[in-house]
Amino acid sequence: MKIELTVNGERREADVWGGESLLFALRDQLGLPGSKNACEQGECGSCSVLLDGELVCSCLVLAAQADGHEVVTVEGLGTPESLHRVQEAFVAAGAVQCGFCTPGLVMATVGLLEHTPSPTDDEIREALSGNLCRCTGYQKIFDAVRAAATP
Amino acid sequence: MTEVEVQTLAEARVEVGIATPAARPDAPPKVLGRFAYSSDLEAAGMLWGHTVRSPHAHARIVSIDITRAVTMPGVHAVLTHDDVPGRKTYGLEFADQPVLAVDRVRYYGEAVAVVAAEHPEQARRAAEAIVVGYEPLEPVVDPERALEQAPVHPERPTMGHGYRDDPRSNVLRSMVITHGDPDAEGDVTVRGYYETASQDQAFLGPESGIAIPDGEGGIDIHVATQWLHVDRDQVAPCLGLAPEQVRIHLAGVGGAFGGREDLSMQIHAGLLALHADRPVKMVYNREESFTGHVHRHPSRVWAEHRASRDGRLVCVHMKILLDGGAYASSSAAVISNAVSFALGPYRVDNARIDGTVVYTNNPPCGAMRGFGAVQTCFAAEAQMDRLAAELGIDPIELRLLNAIEPGDTLPTGQVMTGSLPVAEVIRAAAAIPIPEAEPLPRDPIRLPGGAGNTTRGEGVHRGVGFAVGFKNICFSEGFDDYCSARVQLHADGMAVVHCAAAEVGQGLGGVILQVARAELGTDDVVLETSTTATVGSAGSTSASRMTWMAAGAVRDACRAALEARAAQGGGDVDVERVYRHLPTWALDPETGQVTGERAHVALATCAMRVIVEVDVDLGLTRVVWIGAAQDVGRALNPQSVTGQIEGGTAQGIGLALMEEIQVRDGRIANASFTDYLLPTALDMPPVESVLIEDPQPDAPYGVKGVGEPPTVVSTAAVVAAMRDATGKPLRRAPVRPDEIVGLT
Repeated sequence: MKIELTVNGERREADVWGGESLLFALRDQLGLPGSKNACEQGECGSCSVLLDGELVCSCLVLAAQADGHEVVTVEGLGTPESLHRVQEAFVAAGAVQCGFCTPGLVMATVGLLEHTPSPTDDEIREALSGNLCRCTGYQKIFDAVRAAATP
Repeated sequence: MTEVEVQTLAEARVEVGIATPAARPDAPPKVLGRFAYSSDLEAAGMLWGHTVRSPHAHARIVSIDITRAVTMPGVHAVLTHDDVPGRKTYGLEFADQPVLAVDRVRYYGEAVAVVAAEHPEQARRAAEAIVVGYEPLEPVVDPERALEQAPVHPERPTMGHGYRDDPRSNVLRSMVITHGDPDAEGDVTVRGYYETASQDQAFLGPESGIAIPDGEGGIDIHVATQWLHVDRDQVAPCLGLAPEQVRIHLAGVGGAFGGREDLSMQIHAGLLALHADRPVKMVYNREESFTGHVHRHPSRVWAEHRASRDGRLVCVHMKILLDGGAYASSSAAVISNAVSFALGPYRVDNARIDGTVVYTNNPPCGAMRGFGAVQTCFAAEAQMDRLAAELGIDPIELRLLNAIEPGDTLPTGQVMTGSLPVAEVIRAAAAIPIPEAEPLPRDPIRLPGGAGNTTRGEGVHRGVGFAVGFKNICFSEGFDDYCSARVQLHADGMAVVHCAAAEVGQGLGGVILQVARAELGTDDVVLETSTTATVGSAGSTSASRMTWMAAGAVRDACRAALEARAAQGGGDVDVERVYRHLPTWALDPETGQVTGERAHVALATCAMRVIVEVDVDLGLTRVVWIGAAQDVGRALNPQSVTGQIEGGTAQGIGLALMEEIQVRDGRIANASFTDYLLPTALDMPPVESVLIEDPQPDAPYGVKGVGEPPTVVSTAAVVAAMRDATGKPLRRAPVRPDEIVGLT
């Protein structure tokens, strides 16, 4: 079926089959591999995107459900010349190791800070608890979120 | 941002500019979503591969029928063992694993056939259409019973390699270390039995890559791996190609932790691509990933510690049994590490250490961060705490009293030289101030079990634990351990560095640039993608060796390039150099004593103090705080070093509290992130790190590896704190809630 959606501010079309996830459509049809597939069952958060401003696991959303809606992926935040402040904070804090979880954690942080610009440590932990990171032990990710938050 | 405390014990050799860390080149593309991981690659005309895996832990294969699969839409290749053109088996140390099962499967998930099709879904459906006739056999699943059961490998592939000849069935390797007088008696004896479960590396980026035929019979394979050249040397013979016809290129690696030392999809994608004459991409899903790589060995350890009344260790006996699973992988080296570091960083004049790793029909085990030292640290440190209690000595004092130092002898007979600041590390960890207990009631997010804890915290007990552990840095026991690097200096001043070392997320790219810029005196340095095509082997990103080895090789190549340029009076220069650390020697197979000056080139120590809160009514645990001190040689990049300590600690917390591959009759019962639990942001406590700098004299810039020691220690330290909180013996990791509330 044909779907039409807004991705990172651009109108895009895709021809998807009924069982296809938004994650697969983004990665393999729309040329946006920034969202990662690590578990395909909504446990790891590596595929997190904003769907109409709400944080979702794109592996749990059918591509067809995104028809007519607005999606923001990690590719839609910053550019090499001008990183988004959350991206900048992840680099500066050493929050990136293998980086496979990073797109999802960056999106989760953007989602958190939009609702809660100055989160407490407990709010940060809770907001990021749906995103697994196997490399960092999360400490430097918390540092990055604190740095990107409004003081 | 947290300030890192660095305590420098001795002056490092000052290198111009080397102390300035370089920004890691991979971080910006990673935060932008533009970094190309092995699962992100594409090639024109690409097919998708899929693997058919055994649903049995042990079975005879009586038939494989591919007739329906080959006729299905989009299918370009359906291959079985008959289609492997070269050697039919492969392996990291012993070629005992079939590329595709021939007449028998030995573990749940073993590869039997592979398929390539236009769309991944077509490949999956074609794989389902292959009919494999199995005749199930009784699986060997208990490592103790395995010693008397029918052999999983009757041909005994690991015997006759200089190992002890052990006649017992299913022995993959056994070792004995006899040191001093093992009959020496102490005033006090404590005996204990300990177990650890099998742990999954659970790297987030699944096994994946793409194989592209070069049109001349050879192949390029882009893959996430830890050692490019050893992949090539295993892949080429199975594909029936010369090594130079197979080029391995490093694709973006989504974590490794030992789980990418062995091959996964490399040969399979190569076979399919050469057969179909099209690029073939393979990506495992999470369930397949659990069967697609080796795991941490489950262990059983029997220990007896004898000490004098004043707290000196007199004699230790330890018996270690590891379950190696169905194929050898790196088990022979893992058991060697387990016995070599079994007693912990203590001076023990008399010991007998027995170690055996066996073949079974359980999932194959091999390398995982800590590599054999995790299991024995868990046992040894529990014994030290029991000894302290028995003697009435403070546990930290007891450790300091017995701490090994340079000049002391390891149980393997190696006299330690160089950097070994064990006592300093213990003192530094013990000196980190402990936070005060938080009063109740409080937000349930900070109760054991978090928001799931519906009590007011009346069952919460606080406990404090301490542990110390060590392990080797670099490869040991006579292995020819080296790293190559190539440096090209262009007349315009730009430098290009080639090194086949695998960046697996630790920040190696930054280290290489830091070294090259300091040595060459210019910031105009480019690091090329790691590949077998343009430079010699770097060895493995494992054994906490890569910073040391790559720094050595890049330093030497840079200096040689500058010399060459000076000699020729300018212009372009292209030089390659090989760096080797000091030589090591094998252990005697009968006595476990080192046959030369050293078996290990260096050791690194970590100590941790842990605070936990355990809800003894609900069996739930919260790790509140960890203070760690680690001997790092010299920290080239303190931020990366603390990142390794924090991440390594998290993996040890996982094994202490929640991570266990549940294996029933050889089958993995929890192959998903829903059922195999990893520490989340809510499970991780703050980790306060102190870096102890005591430069390693023979290492480039005095560095040591840092990745593994925190993982070795944290499981032992967390469970020690849980014993303190509960008063229960807790002899097994992970600790189950049932044990805390007394249901087992």
